[in-house]
Amino acid sequence: MIVKPVMPERHFLNDNYGIRSWLLTKDHKRIAILYLFSITVFFLVGGVFASLIRLHLLTPNGELFEADTYNKLFTMHGVNMVFFFLIPSVPAVLGNFLVPIMVGTKDLAFPKINLLSWYLYMAGGTFSMAAMISGGVDSGWTFYAPLSSGYLKTHVIMLAVGVIIAGFSSIFTGLNFIVTVHRMRAPGITWGRLPLFVWSNYAASLIMILGTPVIAITLILLALERGFHIGIFDPKLGGDPVLFQHMFWFYSHPAVYIMILPGMGVISEIVPCFSRKRIFGYSFVAFSSIAIAVFGFVVWAHHMFVAGISVYSALVFSLLSYAVAIPSAVKVFNWTATMYKGSIEMSTPMLYAMAFIGLFTIGGLTGLFLAALGLDIHIHDTYFVIAHFHYVMVGGMVTAYLGGLHFWWPKITGRMYPEAPAKLAALITFIGFNLTFFPQFILGYMGMPRRYWAYPPEFQVLNVLSSAGASVLAVGFLLPLLYFAWSLKYGEVAGDNPWQATGLEWETSSPPPTHNFHHIPIVTKDPYAYGEDAEVPVVH
Amino acid sequence: MRRFPLSTSQTTTTEHHPALAHQFDSMEQQQGASTFGMWVFLLTEIMMFGGLFTAYLIYRLKYYPAFVAGSTSISVSWGFANTLVLIGSSFTMAMAVWAAQKGMRKAQVWFLLGTMVLGAAFLGVKAKEYYDKYDECHIPGHVIGKGFNTWGGCDAKDPSLGNIAEEIRKRDPNIPEGAAVQIAGQTEIFFSFYFAMTGLHAFHMVIGLGLLAWLLLRARRGEFGPSYYTPMELGGLYWHFVDIVWIFLFPLLYLISRHQHGA
Amino acid sequence: MQLNFPIFPEQASSMAGQVDALYLFLVLITTFFSLLIAILILYFAIKYRRTPERQAEQIHGSTLLEIVWTVIPLGISMVIFVWGAVIYYHMERSPSNPLEVYGVGKQWMWKFQHPGGQREINTLHVPMNRDVKVTMISQDVIHSFFVPAFRVKQDVLPNRYVFTWFKATQPGTYHLFCSQYCGTKHSGMVGQVVVMTPDDYANWLASGKAEGSLASLGEKAFQQYGCTTCHRPDSGARGPNLEGLYGRPVRLTDNRVVLADDNYIRESILEPNAKVVSGFQSIMPTFRGVVSEDEIIAITEYIKHLAPQEANPLNNRTSPTQIRDSEVPNIQDQNKQQNQQQPAQQTPQGKRPVNPSEKKP
Repeated sequence: MIVKPVMPERHFLNDNYGIRSWLLTKDHKRIAILYLFSITVFFLVGGVFASLIRLHLLTPNGELFEADTYNKLFTMHGVNMVFFFLIPSVPAVLGNFLVPIMVGTKDLAFPKINLLSWYLYMAGGTFSMAAMISGGVDSGWTFYAPLSSGYLKTHVIMLAVGVIIAGFSSIFTGLNFIVTVHRMRAPGITWGRLPLFVWSNYAASLIMILGTPVIAITLILLALERGFHIGIFDPKLGGDPVLFQHMFWFYSHPAVYIMILPGMGVISEIVPCFSRKRIFGYSFVAFSSIAIAVFGFVVWAHHMFVAGISVYSALVFSLLSYAVAIPSAVKVFNWTATMYKGSIEMSTPMLYAMAFIGLFTIGGLTGLFLAALGLDIHIHDTYFVIAHFHYVMVGGMVTAYLGGLHFWWPKITGRMYPEAPAKLAALITFIGFNLTFFPQFILGYMGMPRRYWAYPPEFQVLNVLSSAGASVLAVGFLLPLLYFAWSLKYGEVAGDNPWQATGLEWETSSPPPTHNFHHIPIVTKDPYAYGEDAEVPVVH
Repeated sequence: MRRFPLSTSQTTTTEHHPALAHQFDSMEQQQGASTFGMWVFLLTEIMMFGGLFTAYLIYRLKYYPAFVAGSTSISVSWGFANTLVLIGSSFTMAMAVWAAQKGMRKAQVWFLLGTMVLGAAFLGVKAKEYYDKYDECHIPGHVIGKGFNTWGGCDAKDPSLGNIAEEIRKRDPNIPEGAAVQIAGQTEIFFSFYFAMTGLHAFHMVIGLGLLAWLLLRARRGEFGPSYYTPMELGGLYWHFVDIVWIFLFPLLYLISRHQHGA
Repeated sequence: MQLNFPIFPEQASSMAGQVDALYLFLVLITTFFSLLIAILILYFAIKYRRTPERQAEQIHGSTLLEIVWTVIPLGISMVIFVWGAVIYYHMERSPSNPLEVYGVGKQWMWKFQHPGGQREINTLHVPMNRDVKVTMISQDVIHSFFVPAFRVKQDVLPNRYVFTWFKATQPGTYHLFCSQYCGTKHSGMVGQVVVMTPDDYANWLASGKAEGSLASLGEKAFQQYGCTTCHRPDSGARGPNLEGLYGRPVRLTDNRVVLADDNYIRESILEPNAKVVSGFQSIMPTFRGVVSEDEIIAITEYIKHLAPQEANPLNNRTSPTQIRDSEVPNIQDQNKQQNQQQPAQQTPQGKRPVNPSEKKP
């Protein structure tokens, strides 16, 4: 008996109207939507900068922009993308929306702090925009001293303040998730029954709370040095520039795991659903997230192998960097094994998930190149590094984010996105992405350094290929904007569980009611109980 | 063994406590989650101060004589007085939380007030110390005040004002003038950390005073009692944390090598 | 645009081949595992595609498989680690008896000095088949010395010498890049390394208009700045004798023993009271702001060439390292007497050190 689904009469989107009900909301789902808008804006801003960079690099002689302008472009691209898109995206949009529902509770532990997180994010973003508008900053997203503290004429402090404030947003989000997962699980949800998306966000939250304060104090010290001309990192004033790098990377390396872990959590939800099969090796996937979080804190100096650290330090950090790669490999194998003997449907979320697995594998393996000491000497600070992190961040993280958006779009909005344009966009993105970034591996090994406004002419062919790819990638990223917006009015009504997935979020209506559940669920089954009573995995 | 939080279906049917937030199922869960949340927050604060302390340690190792000289030039009496003041304020805070637990409204208010007065006193003393440093040209950089000068150039009429080079030579006449001047110049990094560390701490105290004021208002209204005193408990945790940070700051900044040179 | 499409830079150094070998190994591993995963997921997606009859098989997992696919990647990683570490170790060890060159990086150019006194800007001439050690320092921000053809890179820091070395194996001209973002003209801080046959190199050395060897330039600076006032071989000297100093251990006043290398000498010029030689007073003024990095390099070169003096019956000290503890009171008393006779040594710019916070970057 096929019943056409209808939108629920009351849900969190229409429960209350008016701007105050959104800007002063305590509902984690509305806060997730607020984040969705702001993150999209910052992604577009960062994307515009990326497009300008790739346009400029079509020719080797720096003909499009002045060197100072170009330096500002890559700085603002990096800052926007790292701090205002990659770090918050999955946790603040999908995590905020889903974590309370997935643990079976009405909201996060501290809803007002959740709203504060969003305001802090916007405040940080405002400072960052202000820095852009008042001329831009050319420090690089890494703010190395003594260049940033003693030699640049741009509004470094303003940008640093923006990053610091956004950091506190991240800290409060992490704090909220940790307390929620520890203290607010519904009856029957043991740690062993938590969806892997929750495990990933939990592990990322551990990093958020432990690592982010260190970047805050590092940038505060940098700002003090710059503002008061005191010597903390500037050797001319008695400071040590390598200390800045240690402190900066102590956060910024774990930060990349903040970015990727939630994305991996998304994949762990999508693959079982579209294979109609429980995840292979649940405990191993869950604990690998924790392992990545822990190991991620002890590898920071692999960004500093040629910076003047001792040989012995370098050896230790290289060894540990290989250790951190293993849990990620374990996940990839488990996802692949999940598909074995499954019943696979290649809907758009699954396409993104498969793209993630392939591209993240490439990106992750190229990390092994960089962790190899003798080899890193050659490829450090070249386009090889750029290609590596774009493979894991764009091919990995952004792909996962898009996959998650597609997967949970019906749950969030009550509407399906149109499948054909979505598949097309996924394909265009995949092609554009590889065309953009694969040539950069070669460019890097050939010796093209990072952050170069002009380059030797023999590098032009690869740069043109990369820029061509970027234009395709841009189309792939813009299409979802269009059809997601279209779907809000014209998309098919989704119903509670259009994917026939397990998971508490599919038990409630699409969109969910403001209080998430009409009745508090009591969970008795594993999170990926596909196969047995797949339609009704929980008992009320 | 993990105890599952109570669901609404398992609580009694009496009406919810007015302070029970909608996302929680019981006051017990709310209190547990809130306290846990505050501990997590304090952990992030430890990481932030920790980064600062680490940088401090590295430079103290690198410029030890300068750190000794800088430390000797700040007043251990005022620092010690402030330490006692802050410990006292932690005591009054603990008493305030106890009084809240017991539902003793007037006691809560007085203890909170006491805590705030002591906290303000601490900040007052710090302001005086900062002013002294300003007067002696010990503020690093040349943006605030007359510019950093620890070798006699602070006041044309009084070459001894803020003259750390002179102090160094007084304590150890064997050190020649050139070396003393150089060490005095290096104290700029000590003072940078002095201001950064005590400044960050004072910033946290100001926020603490704001929190205490808010708690005071609520306590006056009789909001806290045996069934609900969580905000007081959280405020207490935060205040004790700020106190403990000072307990570390005091010896690290004021007591470097004091046993050798005396007060 | 070339049609001949290279994906490797030329292998122009003794280490380049080794680095490339590791790279190739990693390319193979990456290709293998990427293809493996890609093919598997595509194959599974097709073979196990959803059909009305298909029921997925609910497999919980397999501890054995988990162990296998943890241990094998770990093993491969360890192989890569050791391989990379071995190459790194070779690259970080200072070669014995190298040809020494000095480099100063500054926004936005490279300055090189040869022992023969030749100076170059943005170009570095070296002979082939000879270990060349480049000792570098920055005048301002962090730069990085990168020669892709040699597979060599080293960040160049302010206030601290670093070094790298290479042995060029084929003549030619190779890119030199700055690879640590250093401001506006970061991408303009490029140059070339010109590798020459021994004959060509000898000709080049001879043809340059050097004002004298680097060491002789250093000697001139040593005298010009008044270093000889205190650093003399005679017994009354207020400063340690520097003959035979370079590369030797030195005992300091706090009983630490340090090595007298380039960093030590530079620090002694710029922060003289950081490490004071045992038996001497800390009376040396700082020359920060007075002596340039180039001059420090020249002075260091000069000091390197100061041969250890023969034992002299009139001289109760032959080198700073041979100070006997019993002599220490003697020397201190002597110096005290001399100090009382003369006012403290004045620095050229006044009695106080250059105020660091007044220095504009």
